[in-house]
Amino acid sequence: MKRRAFLLLPLALSTVSTARLFAAPSTSSRFLLVFLRGGYDAANVLIPHSSDYYYQVRPNIAVPRDAVLKLDSDWALHPALRESLYALWLRGEAAFVPFAGSHDLSRSHFESQDTLELGQPLGGGRGYDSGFMGRLAAALGASRAIAFTNNMPLAFRGPTPEGAKPVANIALGGAGLRPAAVDSRQSALISEMYRDSKLGSPVSEGFAMRESVMRDLGSEMEAAGRNAINARGFELEARRIAKLMQGEYNLGFVDVGGWDTHVGEGGQTGQLATRLEELGRGLSALAQGMGSAWRDTVVVVVSEFGRTFRENGNRGTDHGHGSVYWVLGGSLKGQRVVGEQVRVSQGTLFQDRDYPVLNEYRELLAGVFARVYGLDGAQLARVFPSVSPKDVALL
Amino acid sequence: MGKKILGWGALALLTACATGPQRVEREPLPALAWADDSHATQLLVLNRVSFGPNPASLKEIESLGTGAYLARQLRPAAEPRLPAEVQATIDSMTISKRSVVDLASELAQRQQALRGLSFEEAKIQRQAYQQELTRLARESQARMLLRALYSPDQLQEEMTWFWMNHFSVFQNKANVRVLVGDYEERAIRPHALGRFGDLLTAVAHHPAMLVYLDNARNSAGRLNENYARELMELHTLGVKGGYNQADVQELARVLTGFSVREGEFQFYPRRHDFGPKTLLGRPIRSSGERELAEALDLLASHPSTSRFVSRKLAMHFVSDDPPEALVERMARAFRASEGDIALTLRAMFESPEFRASLGGKFKDPLHYMVSAVRFAANGAVIPREDVDRMINALAGMGQPLYGRPTPDGYPLTRTEWTSPGQLATRFEVARGVGYRRVGRLSDELPVPLSDTTRQTLSKASDPKEWNLLLLSSPEFMSR
Repeated sequence: MKRRAFLLLPLALSTVSTARLFAAPSTSSRFLLVFLRGGYDAANVLIPHSSDYYYQVRPNIAVPRDAVLKLDSDWALHPALRESLYALWLRGEAAFVPFAGSHDLSRSHFESQDTLELGQPLGGGRGYDSGFMGRLAAALGASRAIAFTNNMPLAFRGPTPEGAKPVANIALGGAGLRPAAVDSRQSALISEMYRDSKLGSPVSEGFAMRESVMRDLGSEMEAAGRNAINARGFELEARRIAKLMQGEYNLGFVDVGGWDTHVGEGGQTGQLATRLEELGRGLSALAQGMGSAWRDTVVVVVSEFGRTFRENGNRGTDHGHGSVYWVLGGSLKGQRVVGEQVRVSQGTLFQDRDYPVLNEYRELLAGVFARVYGLDGAQLARVFPSVSPKDVALL
Repeated sequence: MGKKILGWGALALLTACATGPQRVEREPLPALAWADDSHATQLLVLNRVSFGPNPASLKEIESLGTGAYLARQLRPAAEPRLPAEVQATIDSMTISKRSVVDLASELAQRQQALRGLSFEEAKIQRQAYQQELTRLARESQARMLLRALYSPDQLQEEMTWFWMNHFSVFQNKANVRVLVGDYEERAIRPHALGRFGDLLTAVAHHPAMLVYLDNARNSAGRLNENYARELMELHTLGVKGGYNQADVQELARVLTGFSVREGEFQFYPRRHDFGPKTLLGRPIRSSGERELAEALDLLASHPSTSRFVSRKLAMHFVSDDPPEALVERMARAFRASEGDIALTLRAMFESPEFRASLGGKFKDPLHYMVSAVRFAANGAVIPREDVDRMINALAGMGQPLYGRPTPDGYPLTRTEWTSPGQLATRFEVARGVGYRRVGRLSDELPVPLSDTTRQTLSKASDPKEWNLLLLSSPEFMSR
């Protein structure tokens, strides 16, 4: 049932050469994981425009054939992404992996998000103290990791390796960000009190992070403080993220909510289109804001599951299974839809309702990490235990 | 030691239909064995068993003596002893004036009404609906903080928080925001120092838990194991407590039909799986709704539960990694008293391990925030806007009330609260609290200041900066 030649080259997992017991990850490499929480409707973003079945079962929310942005003979992008993602695609800086996701079948946001963030084998007991980004940070050793969230996400859980800086975290969304009130003299005094304590390192890292944020975003924050209206939502956040990831942080995580479109999802325009436009604008801003560092940057956009292929009785979609992941980056061999695929029809739906998962996310991400950081089999196995990396050769 | 597991019989059944928030007044306890009534030790005790010393609690422990104070904390009066002003604020809340059934039905009707509306109109109404849910949840959060700040029965509030965290629900799921205040008020708080079996039963019959862990949708033939699994893994036996996947399925079958109707618990016999069941190697003898009481009794009285619960209490009150001997002693007290939480705590308070550990726990954001405000306010009642600031600050520090997405509750160990971002935010909070005080705060903290801290304090340029540094000091982070 495979309909095209796939860009699937099994990753050469040569035995670890003793000379490379520790990878020396290129410090210039940057990786950002964007988590769309809520399960975005992948079928209305990467649109299977050649599928009559798509148009048949989405009478109210399908994006019309004459409105889509065609990528190839089968796939097209939602028109709300014309200025953003489509532009990146045309530059070869974007690729899509349909039928991607985890084999978690709970169709529960919480379960599936946890599964994804922890990145552990399914079936066993899950350990909430170890997320895959945390394990990646540990495998990279010298990484400077940051979560652009208030709480440390599950994905970043895990011990800080000896000698490494702890994972930093700060929410950069409009309302949450205020200039630090503790001034630099006071920071120094506080650090002094912790000089001999176990907390000495995170305390000074916390102030250093605040300082980077102030330095990189200071003028913008002052401006934003004066007039409450500022650049909108995710675009503003993404600009701030770019500034920090252009600087010292090379491993990042951010989440974006608002994708749980059970009711009134809309098609060419409407709820999802509005959200997509904002997300796309943000990702463009990020690419642009990274400047020359964009060449060394890879962004992967994921979501906990896809949605039902058929629209429901409320002109929306319900929790489904397979999703579409996005890979963006300045040096990407993009402009391709990659990974294992099947023709979109009723017969190929999973449980007669959803996209199947043909590209397991851990295999996919392991393949990406191998390319980005040159991690070897043993190191990848620390990030994703018992996983065979899948190389979609995008880098 | 190969002992037969004996259930505690009908105790769970007795409370299955308890509805009111009234706590049964229980016999007072004699003073605990505690010889040291020095001021320094009393400060340390208050710092550990309460949300931080304040003038009222200090006065009480001084006049009663430490042992009698602890006894009184373990058996608080049935009537709340809040300052009138604080009680009036709580009484004026919507969640105090209207029942959860009333609120949930009204909100459900508002959801229903959306169907007839145009897209734009529905959008506006949906937003209003969400705002109302959030407002109600914020009332619950404010009530919790006001009690933590001002109740003389500090241990009661401390344990209410502990169990809310143990039986954690996430307010942002479905309509949990309208349910969570009632969950705390009627399922958790009345049993916080009561019997564990009663607590477990009350939780299992509350809509907040049934909705949060999807049991509301668990029915015969369409099993949802979510709650059954967490009930054993997180609430009673612990992950290595001696159950297997078959037990999870059997308990899920017991739980079929235990559901919710507009803010109220409802058992639906037609959704219940009436087939025979075996749990933890024992056949369930009763049938229908009574099966759950039998299963919960089995779980509450299981030796694994006594150890799991005791260990968690010791993690909160003694150390991140409590000594096994202490856990075992507490577990024995738990079993001997048929799960009396107060008596289990008493065994812990009277232990040398507890005494030796005073001052050595790292405050999580909640304990940091509340103790800082108790210290800085020095008994004065803070306005509601300040309570709202506290709610926001807690979210900023990564520990929003009722905001833990996962069912495991917030961690009780220091490593989870010492990320750079969390600490940086904590110092911002220290400034927020410290700079609102006009005068200089006393430098008498429960944990004596080190020379380094004193030297740093001496560099403060004004009282406000002094307050900031004092509230940022390592000593203030300890409980």
